[in-house]
Amino acid sequence: MAQRVAIKSTSSVSWWGRFMTTEALVAYLFILPSVIGFVLFYAYPAIRAVGISFTEWNLLSEAEFVGLANYQEIFSDERFWRSLTNTLAYVLWNIPLQTVLAIGMAVMLDRFSVVLSTLLRSVMILPWLMPNVIVALLWLWILDPSIGIANVLLNAVGMPEQEFLGSPDQAIAWIAIINIWRHAGYTAILIFAGLKTIPRSLYEASSIDGANNWTQFLRITLPLLRPVLVFVLVTSVIGSFQVFDTIAVTTDGGPAGATRVIIFYIIDEVFNRRISMGTATAASVVLFMILLFVTIVQMRFLRSSHSDLADYS
Amino acid sequence: MTATGNVREINNPIIRFFSRFTFGDLLVFLILIVLVIAIVFPFWWVLRTALTSPGKVFTDTASLLPVEPTLLNFQRVLGLVDPAELVGMENTNISAGTLNFWIFMRNSFIFSLVITLGQTIFSTLAAYAFARLKFPFRDQIFFFYLTGLMFPGIVLFIPNFVLIRQMGLIGTFPGLIAPFFLMTPFAVFFMRQFFLSLPRDLEEAAILDGASKVGIFWRVAMPLIQGPVLTLAILTFIQSWNEYLWPLLVGRDEEIRVLTVALAIFRQQTPQGAPDWSGLMAGTAIAIVPTILIFFFFGRKVVDSIQFSGFK
Repeated sequence: MAQRVAIKSTSSVSWWGRFMTTEALVAYLFILPSVIGFVLFYAYPAIRAVGISFTEWNLLSEAEFVGLANYQEIFSDERFWRSLTNTLAYVLWNIPLQTVLAIGMAVMLDRFSVVLSTLLRSVMILPWLMPNVIVALLWLWILDPSIGIANVLLNAVGMPEQEFLGSPDQAIAWIAIINIWRHAGYTAILIFAGLKTIPRSLYEASSIDGANNWTQFLRITLPLLRPVLVFVLVTSVIGSFQVFDTIAVTTDGGPAGATRVIIFYIIDEVFNRRISMGTATAASVVLFMILLFVTIVQMRFLRSSHSDLADYS
Repeated sequence: MTATGNVREINNPIIRFFSRFTFGDLLVFLILIVLVIAIVFPFWWVLRTALTSPGKVFTDTASLLPVEPTLLNFQRVLGLVDPAELVGMENTNISAGTLNFWIFMRNSFIFSLVITLGQTIFSTLAAYAFARLKFPFRDQIFFFYLTGLMFPGIVLFIPNFVLIRQMGLIGTFPGLIAPFFLMTPFAVFFMRQFFLSLPRDLEEAAILDGASKVGIFWRVAMPLIQGPVLTLAILTFIQSWNEYLWPLLVGRDEEIRVLTVALAIFRQQTPQGAPDWSGLMAGTAIAIVPTILIFFFFGRKVVDSIQFSGFK
């Protein structure tokens, strides 16, 4: 009898009791500020962005529901497609060059003594610590077509002067190179950390089998680096698609619209060309979809869930 | 005689030192030097230009050292000389607008320090709860946070801009700081990893001693996690200091304008068809002083945290 009463009383407070343990109470108190921050500035705006993209709204009058009209509008807007191809050109200049350079730097770091490699990694992080705006400014000055040091140096070795960021054909590539300068060291450090996880014994065994450095790199290093490379590629591609600061400071979308990338298009819709919240958020939702798609493709293509190291052990 | 001469040469420590290196080592060493120059030279070029007399920047373009070294450019951007007085003398290429980098510097510090303080404290609290406390919907809430990592900044910035505008906070520090103050998904995730890696023994011992949950967090976990908290604070400070797009949307007014926005606006002023390069580089040099200090004191810590982040 007494036992039944006890069971009854615990079950009647069960859901409330689960919430009201001191541990849960303390936990909710601990996460409360972050939940407020997340709901207000992540969850709510993410949902709201989709909502706004279905409306016509200039911030001054009431928003008006227009269905998919904004998406139709941007898809038939030549400037939108141009901004996408510009972004793609940037990504294609940026990612392969940066990744190859970073792998090279990481392999080189791995050959040095601990002291030298530690020192070098510190130096290599310096550009990444700098604001994009600063990096953009210092390269804008170095690459100034008329009085920058780059052309002075080209002259000194007898090569023709370049227009650099002033040339519609070269500008996007130079923006990519500027950002490679900022990110290559950071990326190399990530890859270097990956290199350190590869068991040395694999190299020793393969060199007994007569494999040279290059075969070892192709057969051991690259395959075993795959988990880190997936991380590096996924995060740097996502960042690369959102390039803005460097361009805003250097070419401001020019010359002749050659560096007008997707974020530029979005900002222009809200702040410069007109005040069109609907088309701007629609374009940002499209960008999100593109990033999601590209990420999934990379994960699949690079078989991110599978580790080759398991094959050896 | 000749034999002893040879022996002496081979024993010469310098020759012995160099004979250890192969051609491949030499090549790697050359690449290394090129790499270091490529990283360091642009910074020297900022300083060299900032110290060069404004009139000489456009004429002596090849000098690797400052030409007619002067602190005038630093004095100009810090508002210590009235630039208008200098215009039209021999310095035709300088910006006539008043530049008060003290204010922009102050604004950048307020912006970055407040965000660093808020984000580090609140994210650490949340991370501890997610790593160590049991409560309903814990894993679901944390999963939502992780999805927050995936959103491109621009998707959030436009609705956030609308929200801040509706709250009447455009052009104010609270509006500038709000989206970063309480958390970022990365910060919570980063700290949670460290709390998870702490051995539970100490906390369990504290429970047996009758310590409260808050007491365990504060007296047992926190002392062990000071290093990562400092790392998070450094990373957050750097990120806030570098922020450009959000302050550009919300804080163009001079009283709250941060350094990155100020430099971008300064760059757009072109007194003689070209930017005021010496002034601009002086402003740049000033803006990177905090970053350089962090680099010298905490560079290693940042490198370690990057290596850590590759293994989530």
